[in-house]
Amino acid sequence: MIRSETRSADATPRLELHEVSLRFGATRALDAVSLQVRAGEIIALLGDSGCGKSTLLRAIAGLERPDAGEIRLDGTVVSGGREAVPPEARGVGLMFQDYALFPHLTVAENVRFGLHGQSRAQAKDVATARLEQVGLADRAGDYPGTLSGGESQRVALARALAPGPRILLLDEPFSNLDRRTRDRVRADTLSVLRATATTTLLVTHDPEEAMMLADRIALMRIGRIVQTGSGEDLYQRPVSRFAARFFGALIEIAGHCRDGRVATPFGPIPAPGFAEGTTVLACLRPDAISLAPPGEGLPGRIVDRTFLGASAILEIAVDSLDVPVALAVPCSDTHAPGDTVHLSLSDTGSFVFDAAAD
Amino acid sequence: MSGASAAIAADTPHGAAPAAGQSSRRARRASFAWGFGALALALLVLSPVVSLVIAAAQGSGELWPHLLAHVLPQAMRETALLLAGVGLLVVGLGAGAAWLVTAYEFPGRRWLEAGLLLPMAVPTYIVAYAYLDLMHPIGPVQTALRGVLGYARPRDLVLPDLRSLPGCILLLGFVLYPYVYLPTRALFLMQAANLVEAARMLGRSPASVFLRVALPMARPAIALGASLALMEALNDIGAAEFLGVRTLTVQVYATWVNRSDLAGAAQIALVMLVAVAALVAVERRARRGRGFAGTAQRSRAMARTPLRGWAPAGAMALGLVPVAIGFLIPASYLAQAAATRIARTGFPETILPEIGNTLLYAGLATAIAALLGVLVACAPRLVSERFGPALIRVASLGYALPGAILAIGLLGPLALADTAVSAALQATLGSAPALIGLGTGSALVIAYLIRFLAVSVGTCEAGLARVPPSLPDAARMLGRGPTATLRHVQLPLTWPAALSGALLVFVDCVKELPATLLLRPLNVETLATHLYGEAARGTYEDGTIAALLIVAVGLIPVAILLRLGAPHADGRANRRES
Repeated sequence: MIRSETRSADATPRLELHEVSLRFGATRALDAVSLQVRAGEIIALLGDSGCGKSTLLRAIAGLERPDAGEIRLDGTVVSGGREAVPPEARGVGLMFQDYALFPHLTVAENVRFGLHGQSRAQAKDVATARLEQVGLADRAGDYPGTLSGGESQRVALARALAPGPRILLLDEPFSNLDRRTRDRVRADTLSVLRATATTTLLVTHDPEEAMMLADRIALMRIGRIVQTGSGEDLYQRPVSRFAARFFGALIEIAGHCRDGRVATPFGPIPAPGFAEGTTVLACLRPDAISLAPPGEGLPGRIVDRTFLGASAILEIAVDSLDVPVALAVPCSDTHAPGDTVHLSLSDTGSFVFDAAAD
Repeated sequence: MSGASAAIAADTPHGAAPAAGQSSRRARRASFAWGFGALALALLVLSPVVSLVIAAAQGSGELWPHLLAHVLPQAMRETALLLAGVGLLVVGLGAGAAWLVTAYEFPGRRWLEAGLLLPMAVPTYIVAYAYLDLMHPIGPVQTALRGVLGYARPRDLVLPDLRSLPGCILLLGFVLYPYVYLPTRALFLMQAANLVEAARMLGRSPASVFLRVALPMARPAIALGASLALMEALNDIGAAEFLGVRTLTVQVYATWVNRSDLAGAAQIALVMLVAVAALVAVERRARRGRGFAGTAQRSRAMARTPLRGWAPAGAMALGLVPVAIGFLIPASYLAQAAATRIARTGFPETILPEIGNTLLYAGLATAIAALLGVLVACAPRLVSERFGPALIRVASLGYALPGAILAIGLLGPLALADTAVSAALQATLGSAPALIGLGTGSALVIAYLIRFLAVSVGTCEAGLARVPPSLPDAARMLGRGPTATLRHVQLPLTWPAALSGALLVFVDCVKELPATLLLRPLNVETLATHLYGEAARGTYEDGTIAALLIVAVGLIPVAILLRLGAPHADGRANRRES
């Protein structure tokens, strides 16, 4: 089996999207999406349902035809202008959200389905190897109807990987699993993807999953990619309030830019790049706030405490904020509702956005 | 890696271009073939109607005033009364029976639930044939009645004559009600639960729940079933003729067969098409309504009310009435009469060639319909999403054409085709047989095909629709083209549906009477036409054996329906199957 060769990072990208647009009637499902994926990279398309991430996946697969823009695989145009290479000729693998295992074929036949160009013996070897890799060699003769959700997911992965796709597309690959199974299957899947150095584009709505699996994340909103970067980039340097909110709760404080800073109850925060007097929104991550020694920070009163095992959440009402601050503390913390505590803000974890923008 | 993928993977910048060019050329050729095929099919299906219009427009000269004055008004009145009566009866019987088996629990309910489908196996002309013999003044029923009441001669006891419009309504109603029973029961199973329970909690009595909640809720299903039943009633030629009811269908047939007046028959047929169009419109509306109903809240089977005391026996007795009248009595009478006949004179020799003819024409039509059905149903997936559904609609048009109209309409095009073929053969071979279409029975196969293609297309389409769209997509992603995907994924998953569709077509062909009567080659008899011949002559020689065989074949779709409906029998509503 010859796998498509993994090129060095400076060569042609494995996948290149250039201003890909697609409308469904009046809905703009994809709006000039551009993205590059290097060979061997794992990229997550992250966004709420209906943001176009699955449509983008289907456009790359060739199951949807974009209205405009260009899709290149290893530098060759597969979609764009008058070119529309059919899905079966793209060498792209896709794992469906519902796994789409063929119910009339056995597990082994499912995995062999994409190997029809090879000799029988060769196809059998590849299928067996793939099934061993996902730990399901003993289920080869069973029909998909007898598999559990986690097993179905692994068969679907083995089947998608078997032909050695140039890029593997995963559509919400873990959303059909219950939480306990999900964590294990996610780890197993990641190890298979890394072991086979498979270039992967995965769609998810779960920022934690995206950060856990992906080298880079492309955050989508209403058909557009709003930010691309590592999980840390997106969490710590969001480009918009939407991006910041997507990765966690925010404490939002409206204010005006004065001398390049904006005043908050926790003290002034730098607001570089804003004109003097602009109405801005200071956004603070709750985890940037910590308990300070008495007298040093902003005083607040504990209104509620929720015990979560290893940690506890304190809800702290602060006079100048509309909403109480939720603060995670170790379970050993003994503060109780009614106590007064002091809060301080760390240097990172606060962002300033134009209040007029999203 | 597969060849096509390897082509893309090649380092040449335009590695994919040749493959794409080739496939688009192949696609163009394929879509040309599809377009041609579709055009031919549309021409075939539409030709009877077009030819009817042309024939009618040519005018029947002095006959038209006669038709207008004496034939049409009476035929229209009788047809309207027949349809109204049958409509009321099938709705009452069908919806009532559906409510009985879905709302109440009593011993034997499941048997009754299945048994209520049995009258579907009895074609209208056979139920009339059986009862005519059964109720004959010197038949078993009247003889027994006279014995009990002590009358000596037939003329002393005069029962209302079965050979009348009310008699015809009664018999048709009791074999056609399953068309209403089936969808209505499915609808009750799917969604009655919440609404009915809500109505009960609001203090409504069971009767009031049925009349005020269940019945209005089931209206789409009832309308759908009633329109299908009425199409069958309109299609019927045997029962009406045996029972002396001069419906439009009978008049179309008589005008052609007795007067050899194609134009006159075509004119009556066009009047009938108006009624058909109305029924089709009702059915379309009802289907839309059903789609809406089907998307309502999650289905849950209704908790049936257990009956106590004498009520279970009463419910069973009530439920058995339509089963008995529509199936048990005529079928057991036919079985008994056939057994007597065979015991007395042995198995009649003529019946074997008749079985052979029946199997030949029905089998040929079924094979072609099955193949075309799969192709047409696949068109939206293979060709285009706009052209495909249009093709499906065209291919399904024939189902609305009553057999007699279809046959009359086909005469013109077939004669044209025969002349053309004949001339072509004459020119090339020097000699040619006349009437290749009308003389060989290919006319009959064509008529069956047009009339029942919708059944085959419909079942294949439903089977394909049941395949989740991600499966064919997955096959494409694994390197298979649309045709290979269809062959390896969709068709293997659809073939049970396609097979049951083919069986239904076969049974419909075996039961079909009017078109068979009009289009069979000279001196060729099928089971249905043999039966018709005997009944029309008033003799009942070997007809009972033919009738019994047709009823036996007619049980096949009942068995299919029972198997499809199996999940319902457990009380679990299965939305897809219904």
